[in-house]
Amino acid sequence: MPSESNISHLSNEKPVGVIGAGSFGTVISNMLARNRKVLLYARHAADVKRINEERKNRGYTIHKNIQAINDLRVLANSCDVIFPIVPSSNFRQMMRQLSPHLHPYHMLIHGTKGFDITLPPGETIESIKKLDRTMVKTMSEVIQEESVAVRIGCLAGPNLSKELAMRQPAATVVASHFQEVIQTGKKLLKSDRFQVYENSDIVGVEIAGVLKNIIAIASGALSGLGFGDNAKGLLISRGAVEMVYLGRALGGDLKAFLGVAGIGDLVTTCNSPMSRNFTVGSRLAKGEKLADIVADMKEVAEGINTVRIAKKCADHYKVRALITDRLYKVLFEGLTVEEALDFLMRYPLNMDIDFI
Amino acid sequence: MEILEEKKNKNKKYKPILEGIPEWPVYQLSKNRKEFLEEVTRKSIERIRELRPSNKQLLDDLQATAYREQNRIKRNRWRVDPKDDAAFWSQVKTELVELSTKNPDEITGLIDQLLEKIVHRYASEIAGNFKPTSYRLAREVVKFWFVRLLNGARVKKFGAFFRSRYTLRDKIHIVGKVKLLRKLAKKGTVVMVPTHFSNLDSILIGWVIHSLGLPAFIYGAGLNLFNIKIFAYFMNSLGAYKVDRRKKNLPYLETLKMYSNLAIQKGAHSLFFPGGTRSRSGMIEKQLKLGLLSTAIEAQRSAYNTEGEQRKIFVVPVTLNYNFVLEAPELIEEYLSVKGQDRYFPENDKYGSFQLIRFLMKFFGNRSTISVSIGPMLDVMGNYVDEEGNSLDTHGRVINTKDYFISSGELTVDRQREDEYTRMLSKRIVEVYHQINRVFASHLVSFIAFEMWQKKFHQLDLFNLLRLPEEELELDYQEFRATFKRVRKQIYLMKEQGKINYASHVKGKADMVIMRGIDNVGVFHLNRPLLKNKQGNIVTKDLSLLYYYHNRLMGYGLEQFI
Repeated sequence: MPSESNISHLSNEKPVGVIGAGSFGTVISNMLARNRKVLLYARHAADVKRINEERKNRGYTIHKNIQAINDLRVLANSCDVIFPIVPSSNFRQMMRQLSPHLHPYHMLIHGTKGFDITLPPGETIESIKKLDRTMVKTMSEVIQEESVAVRIGCLAGPNLSKELAMRQPAATVVASHFQEVIQTGKKLLKSDRFQVYENSDIVGVEIAGVLKNIIAIASGALSGLGFGDNAKGLLISRGAVEMVYLGRALGGDLKAFLGVAGIGDLVTTCNSPMSRNFTVGSRLAKGEKLADIVADMKEVAEGINTVRIAKKCADHYKVRALITDRLYKVLFEGLTVEEALDFLMRYPLNMDIDFI
Repeated sequence: MEILEEKKNKNKKYKPILEGIPEWPVYQLSKNRKEFLEEVTRKSIERIRELRPSNKQLLDDLQATAYREQNRIKRNRWRVDPKDDAAFWSQVKTELVELSTKNPDEITGLIDQLLEKIVHRYASEIAGNFKPTSYRLAREVVKFWFVRLLNGARVKKFGAFFRSRYTLRDKIHIVGKVKLLRKLAKKGTVVMVPTHFSNLDSILIGWVIHSLGLPAFIYGAGLNLFNIKIFAYFMNSLGAYKVDRRKKNLPYLETLKMYSNLAIQKGAHSLFFPGGTRSRSGMIEKQLKLGLLSTAIEAQRSAYNTEGEQRKIFVVPVTLNYNFVLEAPELIEEYLSVKGQDRYFPENDKYGSFQLIRFLMKFFGNRSTISVSIGPMLDVMGNYVDEEGNSLDTHGRVINTKDYFISSGELTVDRQREDEYTRMLSKRIVEVYHQINRVFASHLVSFIAFEMWQKKFHQLDLFNLLRLPEEELELDYQEFRATFKRVRKQIYLMKEQGKINYASHVKGKADMVIMRGIDNVGVFHLNRPLLKNKQGNIVTKDLSLLYYYHNRLMGYGLEQFI
C-alpha cells in the first residue's frame, strides 16, 4: 500500500483518481494517464495486487502512470479530481464510503449510466404503488445527497471501451453546472482522437445516457430475430422520441437528447454487438432466459434494471412509452420478442414528431 | 370564548448583545458614510469595467440606461424620486450623444467620468442613513404607540389606553432558533432573509430584530415603501437602504450589489427580502432573486481572501406568518390578471399612513396574532451551522466553508461558480421556508375549503372556478370537518419529519380549531373569505381572497388528502 507522501511526489500536479476498475473505468484511466498520474481504486485487494503486478486488467494493458490502490481515504486525500465509474447498484454504497474523505473542493465526474432507487423498507420496484423522482435519482444527485461535493459532472456519449482503447475517433460530453468542472474534464480527457463537448444540463445528459440502454436492448432483440436496417432505423427514431418523453418527465431538457449523449450514444449502442445491453436483447430474441443471460455476463447490463424503473416511472408520470412497456413484458412477464414486435407494429400511432 | 385564546406566550425579553449603539457596525457604516459611498462607487466601477471591457460595450449599456431612465421618468414617477432626475438624465443623454460621435478608442477618460457620475448618483440613492438619535426615537415611538393601541383596543375600558397590560410580545410570537441567532450574531455577520407578504413586513421585522436584542441591521427595502411617509420615516431611521425595482440597468444593479456586498464585508448584519417583491399569489416564494443573494457569497469569499479576521457569514431564513394580509385583495387580483404572462407589476400602494394606522388599531383589538419563525442558521452554501459557527455536512461532520472557494489548493475567484452557488443557496432557503412555515388554523381551513371546491368543480379551470357565483358554493360542515381532520393528521406527520411547523392552536378539538380558523382568516377584509352560514355549513364571500390564503399551503402535496 502506497503512503500518501510518495503518491504526491509522483508528479508536480496532483494525480487524478478513478474509482472502479471495470472495462470503462480501466479505459478511462488509460486515457487520463496520458496526461497525469492516475490512482485507480478497485474494491478487492486481490485485484489491486494483480493489476499492479501484471499491468493488465479486463484485457487491457495498464498505462505506466497508473497505480491501483485499495484505499478511498488515500485516493481522496491525494486527488482533487475523481472519476467514479462503478455500476449504479453499488454507487450509493461507494459514495457512503468515500464521503467522509471528501471536501467541498473535490471535483467528481462520474461515468455511470444507471439510476439509483431508494424504496421504503419491504417494497420492491414491482410491489410499490408508484415510483417517482423522489425515489429515482441520477448519480450526480446521489453524489450530492451523500457528500459535501458540489462540483459534480458526468461523462456520457458513444464510448465503447474497446474502440476507445484502440484509439479510434470518438467523442464524449462532459456535463456540469460548473464551467470549471467541464473545462477540467476537457483538459484531462481531450486528445487528437477524442473530442469533448460541453453541456450544462447535467441531469438531462445523465438521463439520456441511462434511457438509451432500454432501446439498446430492443435493438439487440431485433437483430437477434434477424431483421435488418429498416427495422433498426424505425426503432432508433421511435426510441429517441420515447427517450425524450420519458426524459422530460424525469427532469431533463430536450437538447441533451439530441446531442452526443442522446442520439450519438443511442445510434452507437443500437448498432454494436459489443454492447452488453445489445447482447441481452439479442440473446433474448434467440429464446434464452433472462436469468441465464445475466448469470453469464461478467459485467452489469444497466439496461435491465433501467427498464424496470422506467416502466414504473412512465406509469406514474403518465408518459406513453410503448417500447419500454413491451420490453418490460418480454424481460419479466414472459412475453416473446415476436409478440412484442407484433404489438408495436399494429399500434395505431401516426404522429411522427410532436415535441419540438 | 376564552378557550380559543392562543397559549400564553412564553416569549421573554432579550438583553441587547452589544451594549451601546456606537459599537454597532451599521452605525460605524453611517458615520463613515462618505468614505463608504466612495468605496462602493470605486469598486462598482471596477466591476462594471470587468463586465464590459471595451468602450463600445460600455457605451451601449450607458445608452440603454439613459434611455430607460428617461422612459421611467416619463411613465412611472414616484414621490421619492429626486427633484433633479429629469435634468440629470437629459444631461447624461447629451454627453452620450457627444461621445458616440467620437472614435471609441479615444473616449476612455470621458466615458469613465460619465460612468462615475452615474454610479455615484446611484450609490447615494441607495445608501441608507442610520442616525442613532432618530433610531432611538423611532423605536420608542413605535413601542409607545403600539402598546397604547394594543391596550386601548383590547381592554375596552376608559383609561385602558394608558395601561400596559398587554405588550407587543403578546401579539407577535417569535419562535425558532433565537438563541443560536443571538449567539452567532456575536461571532459573525448575519444575513437575514425573510419571506415577503405585506408592506408591514419591513416594520415588523425591524421590531423583531430589536426585541431579540440584536443591533440594527442594514435593510434592503423597496423604494416604493418610501412613498408612504410614515414608512419612509421609520425605514430611514432603521438604517434601510433603498432598492428601486424600476431600475434594471447594469450600472444600477452592480452598484446595489456592491453596496450590500461591502456592507456585509464590513460586518454589518444585513436583511433583504430575497423574493424581491411581495408574494402576489400568497404562496411562499418558490423563486428567489439571485442578485442580492449572490452578495452574501461574494462577501464570504472576499472575507476568506483577506489577511485579517475572516468573519463568517450566517444566512437565516425567516418566515412571517399572518392570519390577515392587508393588501391581499389587490395582490391576488394582480396575480390573477398576469398569470401566464410575464409582465412587470406596477407597485400601486393604495394604503397611505391613515389606512395603516386604522389597520393597526383593528389588528391590536383583535385576537389575531402574528408569528415569526426564525429558521436554522446556515452558512452561505446552505449547510447547517452549530453553536460554534462550524458548518456541518449531513452526517454532522465539520466542514470548512472556505474549501468551497478553493481550486487546486488556492482560493480562486470564479464568477460562474458563484452564480451556481447562489442558485444552490436560493433553493436551500426556499426549502427551509417550507420547513419553518408555521401553519395557522386560518391557513388550514382556507386551504381545505378551496381545495374541496376545486375538487367538486374539477371540470372547471381556475379562472372559471373563480367566476362562479358565491351562492353556488357551500360545503357540508361534516364533510369539511372530516377532511380537515385528515389533512391535519398529515400535517402532524410532516412536522415529525421536519417538513413543516404549526402553531400550537392547530391542535385540539377539530370544531374549535375550525372555528378559530374561520374567525381569523382575512378577518378585516370587506368580504370575508370564509364564513359559516345559518345551517352551519361553510360558505365564502370572496373566492379569490380565499384562493390567496389557501396558497400559503401550496407546495406540500397536501392536495392529495382532500
